[in-house]
Amino acid sequence: MAEKSSKNKNGKKARSKFSDVAIRLIKEKPLGTVGAVITLFMLFVGIFAGWLAPHGMNEMFTSYVMVPPSAQFPFGTDNLGRDIFSRVIYGARISVIVGLTATFISVVISTTIGVMCGYIGGKFDLIVQRFVDAFMCVPGLVLLMVIVSMVGPGMWQIIIILGIQGGIGGSRMMRGIVFGIKENTYLQAALAIGDSTWIILTRHILPNILAPIIIIFSMNVPGTILAESGLSFLGFGIPPPNPSWGGMLSGDARTYMFQAPWMALWPGLALSVMVYGVNMFGDAVRDLLDPRLRGGVGRYGVKVKRKDAANSQTSNS
Amino acid sequence: MRAYIIRRILLMIPTVFLVSLIIFVLIRMIPGNVVDMMVSEFGTYGNVTQVDRKAIEHALGWDVPIYIQYGRWLNGIVHGDFGKSLWKQVPIIEDLKVRWPVTLELGILAIIIGQLIALPIGVYSALRHDTGGDYIARSFAILLIAVPSFWIATLAIVYPSIWWGYMPPLTLIQFTQDPIGNLKMFWEPALILGMGMSGMTMRMTRTMMLEVLRQDYIRTAWSKGLRERTVVIRHALKNALIPIVTIIGGQMGALIGGTVIIESIFNLPGMGRLTINAISTRDYTVVSACLLIFSVSLVVFNLLTDLTYGFIDPRIHYN
Repeated sequence: MAEKSSKNKNGKKARSKFSDVAIRLIKEKPLGTVGAVITLFMLFVGIFAGWLAPHGMNEMFTSYVMVPPSAQFPFGTDNLGRDIFSRVIYGARISVIVGLTATFISVVISTTIGVMCGYIGGKFDLIVQRFVDAFMCVPGLVLLMVIVSMVGPGMWQIIIILGIQGGIGGSRMMRGIVFGIKENTYLQAALAIGDSTWIILTRHILPNILAPIIIIFSMNVPGTILAESGLSFLGFGIPPPNPSWGGMLSGDARTYMFQAPWMALWPGLALSVMVYGVNMFGDAVRDLLDPRLRGGVGRYGVKVKRKDAANSQTSNS
Repeated sequence: MRAYIIRRILLMIPTVFLVSLIIFVLIRMIPGNVVDMMVSEFGTYGNVTQVDRKAIEHALGWDVPIYIQYGRWLNGIVHGDFGKSLWKQVPIIEDLKVRWPVTLELGILAIIIGQLIALPIGVYSALRHDTGGDYIARSFAILLIAVPSFWIATLAIVYPSIWWGYMPPLTLIQFTQDPIGNLKMFWEPALILGMGMSGMTMRMTRTMMLEVLRQDYIRTAWSKGLRERTVVIRHALKNALIPIVTIIGGQMGALIGGTVIIESIFNLPGMGRLTINAISTRDYTVVSACLLIFSVSLVVFNLLTDLTYGFIDPRIHYN
């Protein structure tokens, strides 16, 4: 560990650290690698949906209404004669956009609130945290539904709402991390030599919370994707003609599913595969960057990795 | 212990107060308010003048400053009066009395089923650590986390009806009238909700059991010649339970969201469907009441989780 940090002092540290993590991912975490492949695949499908989809997302084939899966329509068609395969492909784009941007916003908000609370501390922290407490007592999905009804459905509204909601909830974790950093000697030293607040925040605190930020980002993406699809499913998300995976399972489609069960199958399957992949990838990233964040309380916390456990008696270093 | 409980309950008061403030302000921030909706609704029958608008606002009690409105609302709730539904003009409390038990039953059944799935598989997975069975169990746990409950529920409604012509009952059967019919109605939604909860618990159970099974006192228990069941349940699981309970407690918010989704799929007339209907018709008094009740139940759940630690681990003292 010490050896690596000394290596990281030179300029190309970000790059070497990145490839280091990537190599360890493939070597140590087979499930994480599978997750990474799924994540990259979904990202690819989402970005190039326009080229990959054989038909338009709202293109209707009026003579092919509710056709079972066939060579022409691999996943069948829905009650309006739209190709489900193409819609599932376009759905990946929505999930990717919402998952990444909303989580990005939420991480920015968590970091801002968390760093402010952690750094300023005192009464400010106390008051803000009471509000965060109260906010976290309101069940997320119901709160999201209420806010969507306020601002109206739509992709950007959903992204911003999910971002704010996740951001407030996640600020607790960032705050704890900043509090931990404040205890360190190097921060005391920076304060003692009279560094400005800006320097302390950008040069001392930010670099040290970068790993947790990446971890929180990768761990929150699947939850955000699920929240979006859940909202769209209830009719409070991305409005109907857009092929959101959650939305494809709801509304009018539900009455036709009994005649065309394939309509119920594919969007949910795509969603499950994506959430599975991103989840696995996020877990692996967390284990590689900072296994302490795995959870657990006090001395119950997991400190020894599973594989190390077997040979811990021989090489306990 | 009693002093601790009393102090915790007193500490709940400011939290609940803040929650109520957040809910009230949030709902008042909604732009297209219900008065506009009512005006346009009544407007189709004739001309609505400024006077009618004032009358509607007065009838809703919205013609006074917002802090007085908040005071009235809070005062009513303290006295068990959640106000009236804006559209139906019936006291909300009557609706809540019917719907709350449905959601509560669904939630409790889901928690029980979730643990019945999670704990045995999690323990098995830890005991057979790194074997085929462990890998299958772990993949199962990940699957439970990844698969959204509304998809499983949709499949569970669509496919049985196509294959066997089975439909879950559509009207609510009261537990007091027909317990078996009631359980027949609730087992499927509760199972799906419970499955959604169990993935996380299963993983935590496995991790904690692995941790505890390495401890010296477990080795002692084995070498005393105790039965496997005693070692695993009495010595290991009991000591692994605290983080597991933390995880279960942390899932309550998601569980409430889950009941909203599952109720709307299985046509259960619970709080979730009440909330969805109220939001779509902009019935804000009902929305605030539902949000408040959901939030207070979360606060109570958190308290119960904290109190459970003391029962699990007698070393924890509350003072």
